Amino acid sequence: MEFVQNVPFFSIMISMFSGIISSVLPGKAARRLNTAAVSLIGLMSAWLLAYMVRVGGSYTFMMGHFPAPWGNEIRAGALEAAMALVFCIIMLLSLLGGRKKLVEEVELSKHNIYYILTDLMLSSLLALIYTNDLFTAYVFVEINTISACGLIMIRQNGRTIEAAVRYMIMSLLGSGLLLMGICMLYDLTGHLLMSNIKESVQHIVATGTYRIPMMITIGLMTVGLAIKSALFPFHSWLPDAYGYSTVSSAAILSSLVSKGYIFLLLKIFYRVIGFPVIRGSGIVNVLFVFGLMGMIFGSVSAIMEKDVRRMIAFSSVAQIGYIYMGFGLGTTPGVVASIFHILAHASTKSLLFISAIGLTDVSNGSRSFFDLTGAAYRNKIAGVGFTVGSLSMVGIPMFAGFVSKLLFAEAAVQTGPRRMLPAMVVLAVSTVLNAIYFLKTVLRIYTPEKRSVIEAKGFSSITVGKQKLYTATIVLFVILNLVLGMFSEPIIRILQTGLANFA
Amino acid sequence: MIGTNFVANYGEEIAMILFGIGFANLLLQKNLIKKIIGLNIMDTAVYLFLAEKGYISGRAAPIVVNGVQSVEAYINPIPSGLVLTGIVVSVSVSALMLSLTVRLYKRYHTLDLDEISSRLKKEGL
Repeated sequence: MEFVQNVPFFSIMISMFSGIISSVLPGKAARRLNTAAVSLIGLMSAWLLAYMVRVGGSYTFMMGHFPAPWGNEIRAGALEAAMALVFCIIMLLSLLGGRKKLVEEVELSKHNIYYILTDLMLSSLLALIYTNDLFTAYVFVEINTISACGLIMIRQNGRTIEAAVRYMIMSLLGSGLLLMGICMLYDLTGHLLMSNIKESVQHIVATGTYRIPMMITIGLMTVGLAIKSALFPFHSWLPDAYGYSTVSSAAILSSLVSKGYIFLLLKIFYRVIGFPVIRGSGIVNVLFVFGLMGMIFGSVSAIMEKDVRRMIAFSSVAQIGYIYMGFGLGTTPGVVASIFHILAHASTKSLLFISAIGLTDVSNGSRSFFDLTGAAYRNKIAGVGFTVGSLSMVGIPMFAGFVSKLLFAEAAVQTGPRRMLPAMVVLAVSTVLNAIYFLKTVLRIYTPEKRSVIEAKGFSSITVGKQKLYTATIVLFVILNLVLGMFSEPIIRILQTGLANFA
Repeated sequence: MIGTNFVANYGEEIAMILFGIGFANLLLQKNLIKKIIGLNIMDTAVYLFLAEKGYISGRAAPIVVNGVQSVEAYINPIPSGLVLTGIVVSVSVSALMLSLTVRLYKRYHTLDLDEISSRLKKEGL
């Protein structure tokens, strides 16, 4: 065994132990430890990714000296390593970009708690990415939920506590269904390791027994994870949770937390049940319909919103709809498009949240749409960031969002007429709706405001030189977006081969 | 249509009914404490289901006593292990929910989540 194959285990352990150590450190040291841990894990994931691309395939890693049907396992391939790498980059940049705001909004004594929560969040995300054991996945889903709840309510006001309660309720409904599904699957197959479950499931399907319990199990797990990742009818908690928490939390929640659950769902589809069985069960039709509805209704809600943070939050509902629509196509190109959109949306949405906070800060903290007039002149780099994010979300070439839209359209064309027509129509309508609210905001922030109004409302302005860290963060986010958008072909190839080795 | 195992599997059926009751309470109750009670009923129903599935009638708990090591003597230990893990998770989640409820009650002096939401809208924060 090569040494690099230890990376998944080390990444999970480093993030978890840095969380534990942070509990006795002061805020500043906890922050440094967190930055070091996230960067180290990112570098190690890049190393693993390079190795997996060179070697191909995937490997399993035994946890504790018990062989396959009994022990716990980690499994890694190119897809998992790529996910871990992008998640680390986005988490690091989100924390850097929101650092100043965190100091303003959160009491100093709670800073180390914040970094404990982010460390735990990262470890649970990595565990969801790498684990090969279904019950371990459930436990880390709950750790993820608890730390996400903490990230929402670290900024103490009535709104965030209420948002955290609503988030917890929806999440607990989802994890209850997921747990029930996992238990039923265990009873049907007698295994908890994903690869072993798949063998048994294929045996069960081949013999034609337990058809209804299998359907119910698939339904419970899918609906549970769909609730947790805020698919359209279950998104009521989302705007408050993303809109009022501190900005790093909002960026991490929107771009990483829901994606972790979606990745687990992908794992259940491919590695636990097997995609042909999923396609035969008809659950993809349900995901397809709700994905399409989310794409429309999320955008409509965003258009009606007057608060810029809540507008970006509602846009997440639409983008989660895109991802589920890709799953709902029921083909491998559709799923590849969804995975690329996970990366594209994660990098774009965190950029939008981070740059929106720069714009609202120079508008006297007002998040109302009308107060943002000319904000891009008062904080130039935030304006650039917001414009790049908006163009990417709308799907302008060169940016990440364009590639994922292209992939969705290609995948839809290949699926046959019954799904192609609704998918293409809704994709077009949703793009227009995206353009309405994002470009409206971009035009608004680049419309010069009268000097008298600026003085009357007490708006400030900030130069690039005074916010070096923030500027660097935005620049890195823009570069990440451009890399995803312009060098998409090798990335897509890695995702395709990774997905082929994933099952 | 009632299958042949309907009466024999009464434990699993009760677990499912309890799961439904708990789920509905967590989703539909306005009162936060009642929601948390619903959560606990839901989780406990899953544990009942697991325990019921892991039990093999006529066998003992998987603790080796008097040197009996035959597999035939004991029930399946894995569901019991899962129940323990699940209990740990649900205890921590309930504690978190209760602490959030305390926070909200201290601020708004009510346990009604809809009432709290409407007051927040009025505050316009």
